[in-house]
Amino acid sequence: MIRRAFITRMLTAGTLSAGLMLAACSGKPSNPDAIELTNVSYDPTRELYQDINPAFAALWKQKTGKDVTFKMSHGGSGKQSRAIIDGLSADVATLALAYDIDAIAAKSKLLPADWQKALPDNSAPYTSTIVFLVRKGNPKAIRDWADLIKPGVEVITPNPKTGGGARWNFLAAWAYGRTAGGSEAAAESYVKQLFAHVPVLDSGARGATTTFVERGIGDVLISWENEALLAQVKLGKGKFEIITPSVSILAEPTVAVITENAKKHGNAEVADAYLRFLYTPEAQTAIARNFYRPRDPKVAEQFKVQFPAMTLVSVDRDFGGWAKAQKTYFDDGGVFDRITGQK
Amino acid sequence: MSRETALRATSEGRLWQALLIGGALAFLGIFLALPLIAVFAEAFKTGLGAFVLAVQTPDALASIRLTLFIAAISVPLNMIFGIAASWAITKFEFSGKALLITLIDLPFSISPVVSGLIFVLLFGANGVVGPWLAAHDLKIIFAVPGIVLATLFITFPFVARELIPLMMEQGKSEEEAALSLGANGWQTFWYVTLPNIRWGLLYGVLLCNARAMGEFGAVSVVSGHIRGETNTMPLHVEILYNEYDFVGAFAVASLLALLALVTLVAKSVLEWRFDMNSGAGH
Repeated sequence: MIRRAFITRMLTAGTLSAGLMLAACSGKPSNPDAIELTNVSYDPTRELYQDINPAFAALWKQKTGKDVTFKMSHGGSGKQSRAIIDGLSADVATLALAYDIDAIAAKSKLLPADWQKALPDNSAPYTSTIVFLVRKGNPKAIRDWADLIKPGVEVITPNPKTGGGARWNFLAAWAYGRTAGGSEAAAESYVKQLFAHVPVLDSGARGATTTFVERGIGDVLISWENEALLAQVKLGKGKFEIITPSVSILAEPTVAVITENAKKHGNAEVADAYLRFLYTPEAQTAIARNFYRPRDPKVAEQFKVQFPAMTLVSVDRDFGGWAKAQKTYFDDGGVFDRITGQK
Repeated sequence: MSRETALRATSEGRLWQALLIGGALAFLGIFLALPLIAVFAEAFKTGLGAFVLAVQTPDALASIRLTLFIAAISVPLNMIFGIAASWAITKFEFSGKALLITLIDLPFSISPVVSGLIFVLLFGANGVVGPWLAAHDLKIIFAVPGIVLATLFITFPFVARELIPLMMEQGKSEEEAALSLGANGWQTFWYVTLPNIRWGLLYGVLLCNARAMGEFGAVSVVSGHIRGETNTMPLHVEILYNEYDFVGAFAVASLLALLALVTLVAKSVLEWRFDMNSGAGH
């Protein structure tokens, strides 16, 4: 009897401290003049927003006298989209592709289905494309997609089943195969040969970059242009060269205000201003400085050495949009499974 | 003849002994010592200054604070839960005891990722109690309480698993004696049970703490990865590594490794005290 009372007491103590912990964590002091803006983004944008955020904060302070602090979350684009659907309270989402923000709109109703019309250029303030990173001196003489399937060339690209970036690589290769061979069958045959040259399928873009750069595996890395430029700067100047292929794909990372969250936090106005700021010459310059292709033609002109002109296909125009491309090429039983001999 | 055989047997034994010891040491060296040295070597590769700078960034400091905070909440709670559970299991007879023991082991047997997803399914916006939480403006998942809950769940078995065999072995005769001499429940616990289990308890708490600070999988699922707010040290290491900040990543990793080393030393000391203690008792 007495022992039971003791256990009750212990359990009460436990419950109390759990209660205390919850109380300590949920209450947040709110200062009416301080704004906290949560930007949920994908992996390779950290440097970009580290550059953009202070510039916007200074502008907003000047305009309204209020301080903005940013809370940044970075992760795989699909994972971040899922987290927002599950309740990660993002004011804005700046993800790798429209498909991931479409998923938020469809599954959570936190923003309208036609969100992409809210901002200029399909809500994609910056773009990128797929290029090749090769080792210094280009020892395998890689100039274009056709060189990737020559004997003895090892290609590093992540697995399109798991990595968002890898799907761009796949579609870019497909676009080349289609242009060169003139048919879908030729494209499939080219891509099949290409994947026979891949020694390791990493799960994500950063993993593939590390495989190529740090572990020294492979002769060519198919990569985002911004990742390739960053890797060149961060991981060894002069150790790598960037090759721009004849055909590639236009990647349009998209941004959106998660309207219901922003309204709830009283951030609707500042969130919208923040995303519109991305289109200003100041932000566009920061974008180019961080290796994304700017939309602003004047800024693009300044950086044209860094971003050579290329023939770019688009997912919407040439592959019928992401939902269709996903279903055709990457879902279970799709083209990628057929090519790699699964299922 | 017989002496010769005996001699050969011992010399063979010595050879085997040397081989086994050598093998074990080589294994330990390659799989434990070398990686550990590598972590510290990478962390200090560009000098002490870079190490200090890397650890002092606001995001790194926030992750250290958060990790300590999480451990400070979850370890004491699990100490209480662990003692309560093992007390109930070893000192009482009740139906469903086997089930309770199995349940205590559950966090060990399921993947941490699944543990994390359980909390997303429960508290996420589309989860069982998610809508209610949202209506009352309570944040669990993708906030500190979610990380605490996941850590509590993952580290729950450590204390209980350590105490149950110990308390079972000790039986309940001493407690019964105390009670028959007029002690109340609290006195019995404080003067009889606790001194008997203290080394085992400390050992369990130590393991619990090491895991609470080092947990990656479950925490990664429920964290939301907001820098400076819901990033624990292990998550921060991964982020820094993915950002090509190898010095930073290994600097934070070396702090975690240091913690593991301290735990290891403390554990050895405890084991030694524990052995002396139980040796003297029997």
